[in-house]
Amino acid sequence: MYFDSVQSALSMDGHGSFVWVAYLVTLLIISAILLLPTLRRRRLLHRVATELARQESGHANREGPR
Amino acid sequence: MWSFFHKLGSPPWLYGIAGTIVRWLLPITIMALLAGAAWGLLFTSPDFRQGNSYRIIYIHVPSAVVALAGYYVMAIAGAVSLIWRMKMADVAMKAAAPIGAALTFIALFTGALWGKPTWGTWWEWDARITSMLILLFLYVGVVALYEAFDNKVAAGRACAILSLVGMVNIPIIYKSVDWWYSLHQPASIKFSGESAIDSSMLYPLLLMIGAFYALFTCCLLMNMRAELLQRESRTAWVRKLVEQDGAH
Repeated sequence: MYFDSVQSALSMDGHGSFVWVAYLVTLLIISAILLLPTLRRRRLLHRVATELARQESGHANREGPR
Repeated sequence: MWSFFHKLGSPPWLYGIAGTIVRWLLPITIMALLAGAAWGLLFTSPDFRQGNSYRIIYIHVPSAVVALAGYYVMAIAGAVSLIWRMKMADVAMKAAAPIGAALTFIALFTGALWGKPTWGTWWEWDARITSMLILLFLYVGVVALYEAFDNKVAAGRACAILSLVGMVNIPIIYKSVDWWYSLHQPASIKFSGESAIDSSMLYPLLLMIGAFYALFTCCLLMNMRAELLQRESRTAWVRKLVEQDGAH
């Protein structure tokens, strides 16, 4: 470990705010590009599942009166 | 060999294999990113001239390198879909654009934060920075152009042409630091000969570059999987998939 205290690691001799903000924003963007496709895929799977369920109940209703 | 290309054109096969790759690669990627960031932030010595601000290098350089590499992926996929009308190439092109935009934004943003304490300015209209900004516009342009068309075949073709025309920007970015007088320093890492960077700083940097490549691969495959589901949502294999797994 280069820094001897948490305080010095945070301040980095005055450059800390630049360095930590750069890493924080990068972390946020990387989290977003990893989460967004997962959420989109789950939403799509869910939509297909509801569609299938609706079709099945629709078939059941149609079979009734016939 | 030909059977491999044949499989590549098959959406269910691609969806499955991409899922398997992501399941293995994503945990490794996240660990490498965390390890590389901790190494660069806390365990390396500061630069003797720039002090601690140089620690931004461990995200600035990898994001810029992979943003450029990602453009090749997007443009080559665009060319393949344009020439051979291969649908999966169109999926790959569309999947690459938002990741490239995110990485280019990271490179520009961290560059501004690094520039302030080092050069005394957030932004300079110099060749390297301006050409990277054009790269961001090209990526965002492809995303926006795709959304602007209702006919997705025409959208794919227009985006492929835009990404191929945008290729002229890539050598300009690479050579910008040599061709013009620039605030931005030339490349420190060279494939041949001595690198202008100490090995104690080089190893964490190489780890981060590898991690960002892996990150791009994971995101590309994840975007492609979501895109495949959307395009194929009415097909039998997607229905079977949903019936097998439930909605997760």
